[in-house]
Amino acid sequence: MRRFSWFNATALTAGFAFLYIPMIILVIYSFNSSRLVTVWAGFSTHWYGELFRDQAFLDAAWVTLRVAFVSSSIATILGTMAAYVLVRGGKFMGRTLFSGMIYAPLVMPEVITGLSLLLLFISIGLDRGIVTIILAHTTFSMCYVSVVVSSRLVSFDRSVEEAALDLGCTPWDAFKSVTLPLIAPAVIAGWLLAFTLSLDDLVIASFTAGPSATTLPIKIFSSVRLGVSPEINALSTILILIVTIGVISASLVSKRRIVQQQRDEQMAEQAQQ
Amino acid sequence: MNLARRTLIGIPYLWLLLLFLVPFGIIFKISLSDYAVSIPPYTPTLDLSEGWQGIRDFFAALDWENYVFLTEDDLYWRAYLSSLKIALISTFLTLLVGYPIAYGMAKAAPEWRPMLMMLVILPFWTSFLIRVYAWIGILSTEGYLNQLLLWIGIISDPLQIMNTPTAVYIGIVYTYLPFMILPIYATLERMDDSLLEAAEDLGCSRLSAFWIITLPLSRSGIIAGSFLVFIPALGEFVIPSLLGGSSTLMIGKVLWEEFFSNRDWPVASAVAIILLLILVIPIILFQKNQEKNQEADA
Amino acid sequence: MKPAAKPAEFAPWLDPNETPLIRFDGVTKRFGDFTAIDDIDLKIYRKEFYALLGPSGCGKTTLMRMLAGFETPTEGTITIGGQDMKGIPPNRREVNMMFQSYALFPHLSVWDNIAFGLKRSKMSKEEIPERVKEMLRLTRLEKFAKRKPHQISGGQRQRVALARSLAKAPKLLLLDEPLGALDAKLRQQTQFELMDIQEKTGTTFVIVTHDQEEAMTVASRVAVMDNGKVIQVDTPARIYETPNSVYVADFIGDVNLITGNATLKDEGLAALSWAEGQPEIIGTAGEGLTAGNATFVIRPEKVAISAERPEGMNNVVQGRIHDIAYLGNISTYHVALPDGTLMKAQAANNRRLSRRSFTWEDEVWLSWTDTAGLVLAG
Repeated sequence: MRRFSWFNATALTAGFAFLYIPMIILVIYSFNSSRLVTVWAGFSTHWYGELFRDQAFLDAAWVTLRVAFVSSSIATILGTMAAYVLVRGGKFMGRTLFSGMIYAPLVMPEVITGLSLLLLFISIGLDRGIVTIILAHTTFSMCYVSVVVSSRLVSFDRSVEEAALDLGCTPWDAFKSVTLPLIAPAVIAGWLLAFTLSLDDLVIASFTAGPSATTLPIKIFSSVRLGVSPEINALSTILILIVTIGVISASLVSKRRIVQQQRDEQMAEQAQQ
Repeated sequence: MNLARRTLIGIPYLWLLLLFLVPFGIIFKISLSDYAVSIPPYTPTLDLSEGWQGIRDFFAALDWENYVFLTEDDLYWRAYLSSLKIALISTFLTLLVGYPIAYGMAKAAPEWRPMLMMLVILPFWTSFLIRVYAWIGILSTEGYLNQLLLWIGIISDPLQIMNTPTAVYIGIVYTYLPFMILPIYATLERMDDSLLEAAEDLGCSRLSAFWIITLPLSRSGIIAGSFLVFIPALGEFVIPSLLGGSSTLMIGKVLWEEFFSNRDWPVASAVAIILLLILVIPIILFQKNQEKNQEADA
Repeated sequence: MKPAAKPAEFAPWLDPNETPLIRFDGVTKRFGDFTAIDDIDLKIYRKEFYALLGPSGCGKTTLMRMLAGFETPTEGTITIGGQDMKGIPPNRREVNMMFQSYALFPHLSVWDNIAFGLKRSKMSKEEIPERVKEMLRLTRLEKFAKRKPHQISGGQRQRVALARSLAKAPKLLLLDEPLGALDAKLRQQTQFELMDIQEKTGTTFVIVTHDQEEAMTVASRVAVMDNGKVIQVDTPARIYETPNSVYVADFIGDVNLITGNATLKDEGLAALSWAEGQPEIIGTAGEGLTAGNATFVIRPEKVAISAERPEGMNNVVQGRIHDIAYLGNISTYHVALPDGTLMKAQAANNRRLSRRSFTWEDEVWLSWTDTAGLVLAG
């Protein structure tokens, strides 16, 4: 028996309205022709044009994309290694410290992570710029990757890897031809998560970026501090659109996989007869 | 083989040691240093050219002065208390808003659930900054909310919500809502509906069945969700600085200003260390809760 | 329960000139404080179908994993084909394993699963398809070569796992509870398939199982294990008929156990006094039996049940039928002896139901010959 009552319907409607109305308003008003953001003065794509003519925004976007791409790629490699070590590595010296260092950044306030990294870079005399942001982002996002990948590693039967060894694989060969294909969805999800985290990050980037490198969130933050701006509305709309397309297509893919799975199970039943 | 294993462990280990643990050592060290008008803006700095004497001088110059300063200037402890208060209240509010949503999702038809899940996760992937920013337009004096309320006629003068703690609460509830919904939904979804039927069969009303069956069984989800909101909210910087204005005091903002505006690195470091110490307790409690859940699952 | 259908002459363990394929010499394995394997010596010969039988946690899986190379002995040596296995990783052993969970690679087709090991061997690229085809034929999986593991049934997955582990023609095949995931009917059928394949390929099989019936059916020899020790190694028939301990007797099949005080007699017999006012029980003396505390063990099918007192028998007791379990071909009678002991006796149901002579609460006589049961120490 399902208890889908008026209460549940109201809760869901109100809840999702709360989650989505602010973003919808943002999207609608990005097409407002007036500079006074809160007063509707007719439809226009003027501010998108303005945005794409603003060299400072374009530069910041380019820096952000590069940082996100490089840091999420390194973080995916390091995070996958860390996950493998944690789940399959057995005992080694300092294992507790290692797993502590993997989980701590997940709950660490960004201001502390940012401050500590900045102080490190200064004390070793590393000039702040793109490189320092990449190092900082890699450090915290590798922990997220590691959590995502290790949950996948935990969920599958270890004997599959042993079977590969048993059939003549070297450990590296077994990882490459069996483990990696099996954890691939988690590795990809981890990369996407790391990429998004890097794109979004304001606080750590503010600490670790020097005057030479400004990321998009830093740029947005400094213009938003002065109030609502129509260019930011346009930029937000673009970002929301990208995320929406990404999330919807990802869920479509996973839905198709579930349907395929059901079909396969039917096939297996028929095979038995 | 052994070399491969050592490399596999060594690389991520070394990375985290150098870029996570060592920086904390540095924060701690600087929190014991003195403010100075120089580059870097603190003394002492370790001078290895002086050999042992340099190291000894260096350690001799470290003291707890900055921590004493934090207790003497009431700005800091007021900031800590106010952060705790704001984090607690907004965690509670997030729970009040999030629980019915999670409950509604868990009771929805199974074919709807993936869609609802996606709707909860989508904002999580959307830029945090943009989601906070969206509320500036809504809450400001001439914002959409005031326009709407004035138009309906409920109020005759615009409300002042922006730059008040209320705006910060709204911002935190809004941005952290998915963190509350997902763990609660996970526990509610696993719950067997026949438990409620059994309770009703044994004479419970629907409401009392909710109180004595559903709520206790979703406890671990509530605890997990609450920590997931409380811990980051405590050190939050973006929300108070965009929505809270000068009237809300939060420690993340104080740390930021101490560092960027006052350039007082030793005090900023001391502020960070104290914040860390405050966070240790909820983090440990959260870990305990997670471990307990895992044991229950196994 | 029937002894393995092996040709009578296959008994290399009796031939002193035969060298064993596998030797365990004083092997001990500890995990922290826990001793999983306690000083074990074993010899396994070529073409044997060797079963490691015991309850879960007895160390049988650890023993097998040491053969595969996934665990290393804490003490002692393991040799396979005369070579010390110390320090040799799993991928460099001519040993393959069939996993309890099958451990099929979910992302590869049946064909690729079977070819997986071959691609990592010295076999040339041209020979691989031929060999895979042969294995598919052997396990009757030709139709499913292109399917993924989740697209076939449980029984077929089991055969893919077998084909995959046999493809490299290993010296030794290890089977970890290979039939555990199959339902009872399929399991029986597969047991005979396994024996058939073992005979066809001439591979040495070592099987781990907790199912005594399975071990008895397939194995040439059975090693009964408990608490990290091997209690008895022998052919299924001898394990069943002449268990060397109460533990083995109790673990294999159904048995009556009567404890008492033993005295040794002539001609390898022993007498057991077990209850006041009851005559002593006569049975074959077990290995190393001394006077003192002992247990008489006898299989229920060796206990005869009759309404009249049988003449000329030493072992006769009277009792009352407490319970009857009708199993179709046979019935098991639970008979309460005067001192309260319950004793099981089996009789074939070679008459129709209406003609059956015994019913509840009937007074009956139980009897058995002098050599039907064993008196074992302990």
